[in-house]
Amino acid sequence: MDASDLIAMSKPARGEAGRTGDWRSARPVVDASACIAATQDRVTCQICWAHCPDACIEQGAPPAVDLEFCKGCGICADVCPAHAIAMVPEAEHGVCEAAEGGTR
Amino acid sequence: MTVRIITGNEAAAWGARLARVQVVAAYPITPQSPVVETLSAWVESGEMPAELIAVESEHSAMSVCIGAATAGARAFTATSSNGLAYMTEQIWWAAGARLPLVMCVANRSLAAPWNVLNDQQDSMSVRDAGWVQLYCRDNQEVLDTVVQGYRIAERLNVPVMVCYDGFLLSHTAMPVEVPDAAAVDAFLPPRPQPLQIVDPADPRNIGPVVMADPRRDADGVLRGAYLELRAAHHEALLEALEAVPEVGEAWARATGRPGCGLVAEHRLDDAEIALVAAGSLVTQSTLVADLLREEGLPVGVLGIRCCRPFPAAAVRERLRGVRAALVLDKALSYGYAGPIATDLRAALYGTPDAPAVYGAVCGLGGRDVTPEALAEAARAALADARAGAVERPLAWIGRMAREEAR
Amino acid sequence: MTGGMVEVRWHGRGGQGAVTAAKVLAQAAYLSGWESVTAAPSFGAERRGAPVTASTRMADEPIRVLSQVTTPDVVVVLDDSLTSAVDVAAGLKPGGTVIVNTVDAEFAVPLPEGARLVRADVTGAAQAAGVVVGGQPIVNTAVLGAFAKATGLVTFEAIAEAIAGAFSGSAAERNIEAARIAYECVRE
Repeated sequence: MDASDLIAMSKPARGEAGRTGDWRSARPVVDASACIAATQDRVTCQICWAHCPDACIEQGAPPAVDLEFCKGCGICADVCPAHAIAMVPEAEHGVCEAAEGGTR
Repeated sequence: MTVRIITGNEAAAWGARLARVQVVAAYPITPQSPVVETLSAWVESGEMPAELIAVESEHSAMSVCIGAATAGARAFTATSSNGLAYMTEQIWWAAGARLPLVMCVANRSLAAPWNVLNDQQDSMSVRDAGWVQLYCRDNQEVLDTVVQGYRIAERLNVPVMVCYDGFLLSHTAMPVEVPDAAAVDAFLPPRPQPLQIVDPADPRNIGPVVMADPRRDADGVLRGAYLELRAAHHEALLEALEAVPEVGEAWARATGRPGCGLVAEHRLDDAEIALVAAGSLVTQSTLVADLLREEGLPVGVLGIRCCRPFPAAAVRERLRGVRAALVLDKALSYGYAGPIATDLRAALYGTPDAPAVYGAVCGLGGRDVTPEALAEAARAALADARAGAVERPLAWIGRMAREEAR
Repeated sequence: MTGGMVEVRWHGRGGQGAVTAAKVLAQAAYLSGWESVTAAPSFGAERRGAPVTASTRMADEPIRVLSQVTTPDVVVVLDDSLTSAVDVAAGLKPGGTVIVNTVDAEFAVPLPEGARLVRADVTGAAQAAGVVVGGQPIVNTAVLGAFAKATGLVTFEAIAEAIAGAFSGSAAERNIEAARIAYECVRE
């Protein structure tokens, strides 16, 4: 008998919670010219990697974000001491001409 | 009267507000939390003159309600699932102390495994605790039953548990007639004098240890012991078999809404098979019965509103002439049968030409019970009934087949 | 099994307010003269950003079905990026309508034959009307304007009244204005 048919169990796995990259309304974009690791060309700092709650940042110079799973929470941008990460909206929005005329 | 599009949780909160509840004590748990969030907002804004006491657990929530009710206040709480389980010790205490509390239970499954969705295992697991248990079919009945609950509770000095399906009702908005405060005030006067007196000038020890045998009190009167008090409690609950429909009728007179009694019935008169359920499944079952009637299948519905006390005489009467009852339990006494099926079999035992009682379990942990699945289960039950089957193994509606799993 | 009833399924992300939209639409439908309405979230825990659904039903007789909507007449998608993750048209009834919040006038989703696709930049409408919380445009009231225009199932006046009942003061005004802009901006 398979124990998973008798009790509820799950295991840590890539994408266990689904393709969480779909949740994102803004994406982190790393500016390599400002990133401490990238400018030193060494795997230093990595504060974004350490803080990512979804473990979707890979260590590097600069670190790389896996956009398949990044939810766009913005913590990496917030903790970056060099302000090298910008949260860029996934879409730009506007208003059509018909609506610019005022009340209906 | 105002029609509002509100959830079951909001309807419960409206019931408590209209009943002029004076003390609310609760601890948050899904799917109940919006009840107390709503009450909390009203208390904060001054729309509801009540004391809202935030506590550190459900056990404490019930403890606070016990204290408030003992002092004579009209007290209210709400919980679900593991919160109800954690509260269990005090649930028994409130009942044994004969306190007229009303508690809402937004029905949810019990862990493990963890699951926040609906079934009725939580409240069914405490059905022996000495509370009146009423199950609601829709959000209107939630509001109506909370207010009626106080009148029943204060008449009989027993607590009343108002149960409604988590998410299916607790989080589903639908039109609800919210009666005027004046109509509710006329129906439900302020709480009468409590059984117990809390007065420093006339001190009592409320809830002392009671010996096994009767003994004389300080005034020399021979008083019953634990067993006699429990017998009196049982008799008070049996009185609810009269009080519940009477209060429902009084509510109908006060608000102009149809009264609700111990059971609800739908097209039972010439039914060969009755779908028996409690809660929102009753509403959905009436739809299924109508659809099956269009196929020429004589199906009716018996809704159990009052599960404790169990309306044995009413179900015997309503199921007379029916070949079989298919009981749709959203709970299970593991190792035996569904609670409503068990009670129904006991109620029908020895009745001449009693219908067969087929047990089915459905909806556990929020599994969707579709009209199609219910119709299929009813068709199968009718075929078995016509073939003369007296007993069947427990049916699991919607259970994944083993071969699908691989 | 559901003659005489209109079923609406909402697709959004946790935090976008699909549940509130479903509920305000139910209110508006009631005000528009439907006898019975229900609104429900997809049952269970919600996580900010995760795909979620909600439902609204409207009928001319009491609604007795409480299970989740699986064969909608109308699908409303609050965020076009959802269409790559979720089959939003799943179970759509013949002749059904899908309303998508998108900036892309050419936006397409796979639809069953005979289904209608309606597009509106609802986020733009919310942004222009100042319905913005924490820097994010909130689309759940604006989209109701698009719903009214696209389906005719509820009136714009009922939408405005329902929004006014759900919000107070200037917030109500901004939300109604957002719905008006979205109403005007609907494109087939």
